[in-house]
Amino acid sequence: MEPLLNVEDLQVSFQTFAGEVAAVRGVSFQVNKGETLVIVGESGGGKSVSMQAIMGILPMPPARIKGGRITYKGEDILSKSDKEMEKYRGKEFAMIFQDSMTSLNPTMRVGRQMTEGIRKHQKVSAQTAKEIAIDMLRQVGLPNPDKIYKRYPHTLSGGQRQRVMIAIAISSKPSLLFADEPTTALDVTMQAQILDIMNQLKKDTGASILLVTHNLGIVAEMADRIAVIYAGQIVETASARELFFHPKHPYTWGLLGAMPGMETDKSTELYSIKGTPPDMFCPPIGCAFAPRCAYCMEACRKEAPEEYREENGHSTRCWLLDERAPKVEAPTAVIPKPLLNEEEVQ
Amino acid sequence: MKKYILRRVIISIVTIWLIVTISFFLVHVLPGNPIAVNSGKILSTETLDKLTEYYGLDRPLSEQYLIYMKNLLHGNLGYSYKYAGQTVNGIIAKTFPVSAQLGLQAYLISIPLGFLFGIIAAKRRGKTVDYLLVGFSALGVSVPVFIVAALLQLIFAVELKWFPVSLWKGFSYTILPTLTLALGSIAGRTRSMRTLMLEIVNEDYVKTAKAKGLSKAVIVWRHQIKNAVIPMIPMMGMELVGILMGSFVVENIFAIPGIGSYFVTSVQALDYTMILGLTVFLGVFVVIANFIVDIIYGVIDPRIRVTK
Ligand SMILES: Nc1ncnc2c1ncn2[C@@H]1O[C@H](COP(=O)(O)OP(=O)(O)O)[C@@H](O)[C@H]1O
Ligand code: SF4
Ligand SMILES: [Mg+2]
Repeated sequence: MEPLLNVEDLQVSFQTFAGEVAAVRGVSFQVNKGETLVIVGESGGGKSVSMQAIMGILPMPPARIKGGRITYKGEDILSKSDKEMEKYRGKEFAMIFQDSMTSLNPTMRVGRQMTEGIRKHQKVSAQTAKEIAIDMLRQVGLPNPDKIYKRYPHTLSGGQRQRVMIAIAISSKPSLLFADEPTTALDVTMQAQILDIMNQLKKDTGASILLVTHNLGIVAEMADRIAVIYAGQIVETASARELFFHPKHPYTWGLLGAMPGMETDKSTELYSIKGTPPDMFCPPIGCAFAPRCAYCMEACRKEAPEEYREENGHSTRCWLLDERAPKVEAPTAVIPKPLLNEEEVQ
Repeated sequence: MKKYILRRVIISIVTIWLIVTISFFLVHVLPGNPIAVNSGKILSTETLDKLTEYYGLDRPLSEQYLIYMKNLLHGNLGYSYKYAGQTVNGIIAKTFPVSAQLGLQAYLISIPLGFLFGIIAAKRRGKTVDYLLVGFSALGVSVPVFIVAALLQLIFAVELKWFPVSLWKGFSYTILPTLTLALGSIAGRTRSMRTLMLEIVNEDYVKTAKAKGLSKAVIVWRHQIKNAVIPMIPMMGMELVGILMGSFVVENIFAIPGIGSYFVTSVQALDYTMILGLTVFLGVFVVIANFIVDIIYGVIDPRIRVTK
């Protein structure tokens, strides 16, 4: 079956005074209909830039799409004009941003910020748009939606604002919902509620979700499939279960090892990631993770690893999977204990 | 809201009182005798003493202050020392409308043009139009007013003969001085608006607007412009006060009987009552303008309204 969204070898860079920043260096992934793909990785990895490139909302310049292909429902959307993309944004695609404080227009009432999108895509009267908007506010669990409708963003709490963001995003029933760290600014209870709302949308409308987070707890709860991004490249992709139980990339091991609630014995220490991501002004020639990798081999510094694909859809960009490389097992300490037990039970 | 306005009114009155009092004592500290300076001929000591007594300048300063304040409460700013037989009220009433008309015309031109140029420059960033507008605004801000005035006179009055060179005898006489005054404002506003628009392009809510599928024009018009204009409002209020109060240079070059010149000549002439009168007038004006700006700001920027 053809995926809903197919991203192939996407390359995005920024033209800055200091030079060119290679933010995204050949990202490929697919999102199938009705599935949640979670992209994880440290900040600066290119998660936001990738998503915004797909939606076509990167400011160009300074951004530039240097290469790659993006197809949505079989259509090449990179070649579409900005005008044509207006029909996709807010209708087919919608985005929930991380910071609801800065992502809502401070001088416009909540209602207007909702109805402008509804009227654009659903071609309804002002009155109907208002009814839809208030209904959406109710659906995201806001009490007194008709009061919230008339409020300005700064009079709402962080949780309320994020619900408004979601209400805006889902008001035209998008087929693909982008969520860029949607709960980072919220407390744990609020986080759970927001994730519930997103899952509800998925259940009700069969929408797909592309979620970015660096909270692995959220990954475990939401993901059907996971893509791990590092320095502008996807280094490992697999179904959620597969990735949690059989992680193959040392960077993934590090991420899992750093997950809170893990046993902090010696072996975990070993796999937590030290150092910082590479400077994207001059990306390394070989594997971008090499300077931080405990398993780094000679080949790693000379040549970028190729992608090793398995039949179950698990693919990994690491020389360790080459048949000439020594066999290395994922340290057991990085595999989540509760999940491990669960698997044993099954 | 009522409480807020009442508090503002009281603060305004105290402010004006402070301005008057401080100016009163400062003016009287200025060296020289206003009567000697303004009589135009050498006076004998006797005559000087008599006149000094007549104007009450021989009384203790505190007494003079009380008399001045009493008159002020009745709206009476006293007689000018320099222009014999004329009241300060009369002079202001005669000259202020001229400056105000000139200033208002310049202001009304500069607002739409400044905003428009700023928006166009920002939208066409890095293109030829942008460079032209940036160049224009740099020139407009830095070239002295008298040069602009002289150039306009030379081109449009002397050479093309479209407008009169100077004087104040009808609408056509107002065009060149209006343009002269407006140019600096337009240039300044173009620059601020361009900068603000370029900053706002990077705001997250503009991305949100784009993510909704709104067209470029709608995003600029509905989301960017209002948020760019808001931080400019306080400045625009003060600018209006300044421009209404006339310009010494422009009024001199175009021989316009406005109030601007009096700000300079009254100090040179030690015209105590005129200096004080103008200070009070300007002070009241500034205070009222501030008040209005605050209210407008509150209406336009919802974030201010709620906190008060
Ligand atoms: N406007 C910009 N100008 C220059 N560099 C940028 C810009 N936006 C993002 N980048 C760079 O792109 C890279 C990826 O950023 P981003 O996608 O935001 O990372 P994250 O994975 O945390 O979302 C970073 O190295 C960042 O410095
Ligand atoms: S390719 Fe080499 S350096 Fe890169 S992650 Fe694999 S083992 Fe480490
Ligand atoms: Mg990000």
